[in-house]
Amino acid sequence: MSSDLDVFVGNTTLIDEEVYRLWLDGHSVAEAVARRLRGGVLEREGTSVAVLQSDTRDHYRTFQMLERLLHAPPRLLQQLLFQIPPERQALLIQRYYAFDEALARELLGKKLSKGTKKELDEVSARTGVGIRSCRRQFDNFKRVFKAVEELRGPLAENIQQLFLLPPALARDYAAIVFFANSRFETGKRRLQFLSFADFAACAQSLMGHWSQGALAPEAAEPDGDLPKSFLQDLKELKVLVADKDLLDQHKSLVCSALRGKISVHNELEANFKALSRALVNVGGKLTHARDVRDFFVDLVEKVIEPCRSDKWSPGDLRLFLTHYTAAPRNLPGFRHQALWERYMAAISACLLRMYHD
Amino acid sequence: MGTMRTVPDFSVVRSGHEVQIPEQVSVPWQGLHRAVSRAPTIPGPAPAGRGGAAPRMRSGAAAAPRHRRGGAAAAAPAGAAGGGGGRRGRKKMPGKLKVKIVAGRHLPVMDRASDLTDAFVEVKFGNTTFKTDVYPKSLNPQWNSEWFKFEVDDEELQDEPLQITVLDHDTYSANDAIGKVYIDIDPLLYSEAATVISGWFPIYDTIHGIRGEINVVVKVDLFNDLNRFRQSSCGVKFFCTTSIPKCYRAVVIHGFVEELVVNEDPEYQWIDRIRTPRASNEARQRLISLMSGELQRKIGLKVLEMRGNAVVGYLQCFDLEGESGLVVRAIGTACTLDKLSNTSAFLPACNSPSKEMKEIPFNEDPNPNTYSSGPSTPLKNQTYSFSPSKSYSRQSSSSDTDLSLTPKTGMGSGSAGKEGGPFKTLLRQQTQSALEQRGGSPRRFCTRREFPFFTLTTFPPGFLLHVGGVVSARSVKLLDRIHNPDEPETRDAWWAEIRQEIKSHAKALGCHAVVGYSESTSICEEVCILSASGTAAVLNPRFLQDGTMEGCLEQRIEEASPPGCGFCHIPYDELNMPFPAHLTYCYNCRKQKVPDVLFTTIDLPVEAIVVGKGCLIQARLCRLKKKAQAEANATSISNLLPFMEYEVHTQLMNKLKLRGMNALFGLRIQITVGENMLMGLASATGVYLAALPTPGGIQIAGKTPNDGTYEQHISHMQKKINDTIAKNKELYEINPPELPEEIIGSPIPEPRQRSRLLRSQSESSDEVTELDLSHGKKDAFVLEIDDTDAMEDVHSLLTDVPPPSGFYSCNTEIMPGINNWTPEIQMFTAVRVSRLSNINPTNQTLNKNFNDLCENLLKSLYFKLRSMVPCCLCHVNFTVALPEDELVQIAVTAVAITYDKNQALQANKAPTEKSQQRASTDNEEQLQFPLELCSDPLSSQPFSPAKEVLEGASSHTGIPAAQRATSLEKASPLAEGYLRHRSVPSCTNSTVSVVKMTPLSFLPGAKITKYLGIINMFFIRETTSLREEGGVSGFLHAFIAEVFAMVRAHVAALGGNAVVSYIMKQCVFMENPNKNQAQCLINVSGDAVIFVRESELEMLPVQPSAAAPQHTSSAGDVTT
Repeated sequence: MSSDLDVFVGNTTLIDEEVYRLWLDGHSVAEAVARRLRGGVLEREGTSVAVLQSDTRDHYRTFQMLERLLHAPPRLLQQLLFQIPPERQALLIQRYYAFDEALARELLGKKLSKGTKKELDEVSARTGVGIRSCRRQFDNFKRVFKAVEELRGPLAENIQQLFLLPPALARDYAAIVFFANSRFETGKRRLQFLSFADFAACAQSLMGHWSQGALAPEAAEPDGDLPKSFLQDLKELKVLVADKDLLDQHKSLVCSALRGKISVHNELEANFKALSRALVNVGGKLTHARDVRDFFVDLVEKVIEPCRSDKWSPGDLRLFLTHYTAAPRNLPGFRHQALWERYMAAISACLLRMYHD
Repeated sequence: MGTMRTVPDFSVVRSGHEVQIPEQVSVPWQGLHRAVSRAPTIPGPAPAGRGGAAPRMRSGAAAAPRHRRGGAAAAAPAGAAGGGGGRRGRKKMPGKLKVKIVAGRHLPVMDRASDLTDAFVEVKFGNTTFKTDVYPKSLNPQWNSEWFKFEVDDEELQDEPLQITVLDHDTYSANDAIGKVYIDIDPLLYSEAATVISGWFPIYDTIHGIRGEINVVVKVDLFNDLNRFRQSSCGVKFFCTTSIPKCYRAVVIHGFVEELVVNEDPEYQWIDRIRTPRASNEARQRLISLMSGELQRKIGLKVLEMRGNAVVGYLQCFDLEGESGLVVRAIGTACTLDKLSNTSAFLPACNSPSKEMKEIPFNEDPNPNTYSSGPSTPLKNQTYSFSPSKSYSRQSSSSDTDLSLTPKTGMGSGSAGKEGGPFKTLLRQQTQSALEQRGGSPRRFCTRREFPFFTLTTFPPGFLLHVGGVVSARSVKLLDRIHNPDEPETRDAWWAEIRQEIKSHAKALGCHAVVGYSESTSICEEVCILSASGTAAVLNPRFLQDGTMEGCLEQRIEEASPPGCGFCHIPYDELNMPFPAHLTYCYNCRKQKVPDVLFTTIDLPVEAIVVGKGCLIQARLCRLKKKAQAEANATSISNLLPFMEYEVHTQLMNKLKLRGMNALFGLRIQITVGENMLMGLASATGVYLAALPTPGGIQIAGKTPNDGTYEQHISHMQKKINDTIAKNKELYEINPPELPEEIIGSPIPEPRQRSRLLRSQSESSDEVTELDLSHGKKDAFVLEIDDTDAMEDVHSLLTDVPPPSGFYSCNTEIMPGINNWTPEIQMFTAVRVSRLSNINPTNQTLNKNFNDLCENLLKSLYFKLRSMVPCCLCHVNFTVALPEDELVQIAVTAVAITYDKNQALQANKAPTEKSQQRASTDNEEQLQFPLELCSDPLSSQPFSPAKEVLEGASSHTGIPAAQRATSLEKASPLAEGYLRHRSVPSCTNSTVSVVKMTPLSFLPGAKITKYLGIINMFFIRETTSLREEGGVSGFLHAFIAEVFAMVRAHVAALGGNAVVSYIMKQCVFMENPNKNQAQCLINVSGDAVIFVRESELEMLPVQPSAAAPQHTSSAGDVTT
């Protein structure tokens, strides 16, 4: 005897967290049932496989119906179709938008396009995240991206408002949007040691220090875009490396300040000019979209790797950056101290975050 | 086949009614199986091709739907024509309906090019339509319309739903409908219910389901307010709840009201072939809505004629008779209810009906028996012969046919002005026929009702004096086209016949009334089984206006039965018993006789003393039937019915004994007819009543005692049975106090001490008595195993798995033995359709399949709700349908309620005390009734003044709609809790208020402060893309969720936060997978209420009575 039709509908919608997890992970009903069986639910509840199947199907149907609403979480709160207690609604949203960092790391800086979506098979294979789940997460990224692309104001707050995500998760999404928007290169081999969390922290620093929103919340440009005028102004900083006097004075100021304070003083003296050139030029290149992409590559290649090969400790780097940023204040004829500090604040934060093995 | 041998028995039952199956010792189990009768055939148009179970397939061509008739088009003319007697003499009471369309949200994209919608709204009531402006290019339009005002009379208000259609404006082609909202404005017509309907309603389309929401505000101003209750049935309140609603007191319980209206089913009209499915579905929804309104209004009129002001236990059903038409019928119990806050204000000015009743010297007849049986025969004959006596049982639907048929009653009703003497009114509809036959004085009989039936299942303590047992009647009819919808005579006559039968069964049990009464039908093609059942009872006349109980009652009243067991005492004469029964002295008071087993259709009386806990008991049965046509089919069904009744009864009895219990409450037996089989499903809640004797065990006896292995097998089975009984006793905590044998005695000299249940008639009783396998209990129940069938049956007895630990289940309102409910509830509906896949099915395999289906469904429910443990499934309501060959559909609606285990354990230590406690959980006010009844109903008002003030305060606050949302939030601790929930800050802006739903009449841990009106909704959903919507399961899952959502939205718009006494009365599902189509009809009802958590009630400040503000606000509205 087979059941053609089998439904259970509660006035309060039943949400089974375990089944939700399985559904989110992209398992089919059969796979989900198999996994639940392995979980030993049968023994615990003394029930039958048929019951488990029926239960799983019910939940899957519910989730499928809910998915449409989850695409616009405020609707989930307003809709009348499913009566779900608020803390359950929050859980549904949070879990739906939670993502695998390994996957997010792969997609960072890539264009969230159909082409990228087609490559998800390989990504799935590399990360071990199920292909269906990959697609769902990709669609989440894209949906959030589209929703906030044109909006003004702080990215993370916009995301939090539109998708009702917890602050931390909203910040991560902001990072993803930021990367997708600026198309930073993150896939190079020499960048492989950086995790999603590293990049997310960098994105936050960059947005926090550079974006218009950081200065004036009413600013016209979306947070995800770095303000053009700011990037244009960065060219002015080139004077620090282009003007030989300034460069020498800068070096002597920093070196004398750090004397005896860092273990790699000799290396610093030897490399100061190269480092400074790298640090200043990274910013100077940002007006060109193609150079923006190389931002992290440049930082790693031209700052982190040399320091690492000279065995700088993170403390050394921190001290260096502090003094390096502060020193131009005392340089005669340098008129861009505010711009410089705004620029270096983000660069320093990124470097310190990225300076690990 | 073991069953065949029992045939001789049933030939008796079929020819008469009072004859019992000899083995049915303790329960009156009358079944009426009337011969086939066909409605008089009037030549008419040949029926269109049979629709069958498959949904119709239509071409896309559309035509404007416009079905004839109905209150819509005909409301005014029908009223003017005078129609039925009740309408005569009524003045027009114009009112003004005001509607404002505020906004829409989440509308579907109607213009693919722009991904937007240009929405506008049509507001229609009667024949008047208003339109809003088009709100261009938005999915969240803000219309903020003016107030659309409809000038209407109250009849229209009662019959018509407000119809709101949301459309997408299209400059170049026809406007596309997005969907509709039907709003029943009835709740606005009672003074004490809602004053405004305001909120977000889902926009519903029969093809696409819910498509966005619309915010609407509706108000009604009734002019001529003062006379409201005299001039129309507008003031009559309706309750689905089958007990006296919690914030009311019954002054008088008048009795049975019924009505039915018929119409052609739009689905089967010729126009249906050319109109779209959407148009057809909407025509149907609208028609049923109109018919329900009309029905309710007519019932209301009857209630007013009885001088009542409310209908309690209102049950409205649809019979989809296919080509023969559409029948909407309703039954209920007319009452005069008094709001508990204003005790004296509401009584009729002229003459208190209750006083009237007391003045009637109804104990003139010294011999109760002659009295009760006297009128039965003539009355019966009359009913059968379509005589005038029938006409007062109904007011015909909007025609004056009745008048011409029965001038006397018709005139009577016409002349009975509402201001006339109270007796005139009563006289009008009372059995004039009875007067004629008996020649009694008019005064004597004036309050007599035709059918002393009560649809209530729970009564105020002291109301129910004695319970006789279950009475039921069934009748098989052949449907024929209803040629004239204005003359639903045939259907009326059918039901009158059945009710008459029920009445006479009750009389045979020495009872004058039937309580827990209900009616149902099962239709397959042109065959229809009509069923009615109830519990024969003797009632306390104090609450009744009518004098039906007379003599026998008076005699018994003196006895002052003890509260805990009085209802168990037999109402019939023990020397002249209607059936052989085994009687003993009551185990509680030892004064009166009680039967050994008691079956009833009512809820467990609050005062009943129960040992241990109760449990859900089901009997399930399938019987194959040959496919046949017309009369042959009806005859074969008629022939099968007695066997089914008998087997169902046997199963119930066995399962009851197996659980060591002795009484069944809430018994509901459903016989469903399909093309090639009949299915029977009986559900009830078993309990151990302390007043009844301890049930004996079950003995199985082999037929061939010489066979050694066989004997071994038998004894093995016996052991299993004994083990099961012992286990069940432990599980349900049935440890009745041991009673010394001599106290009980054996008052009735009986040749057989053993009540037996034989499967086979050919067996002689002696043979059985020889096999004394009794293990000490004197009332052992013998189950004889004479063939494989019987063996199967015994096996099936043992296959019922008890619920997993932490779960209990019952089909009554409250679970006997559990008294410490916690507020968490979860109402649910589960539907399963299974294919009985056997190629050559036998009754046994079918039985097994059906049994497995039910058991698996229960198992699945337990699993789903495992997170609520410890909990109890209450009001478990199974309905079975046979939509097609080999397809069985089971729908279950129930509520899971959590309880506190620790407290439960404590309570269990003192069983008697506990049962009393249990009774008090949700009926505390009732328990405060003095148990010895005082003569003046007003003085029996049990409430402490403090409580009254509270109730008055909370129930009479006319909370303006604007404030409502906030006050609602306050009312629901859940909402408040969530607001406080810091970890989910993102969700605090939730605007949807929580609406609880429950099939019970109460909410644990909460007090209902106001009834807002009845919810009665009918929806059709159809799809032509079944696969795309997730197949049949996806389709139905979404539809049920949508129905819940629409119910909740309506309740919230009324200002309520819960639906009580919720019931899904119909769920008709049809599919045609080949065409990728499916269609489903769902009908639900319940009472919208406002509840307040008991914990919050104490803190609630006493608010000023809102009577004054309410008045001024309505006055202000009139002037606008």
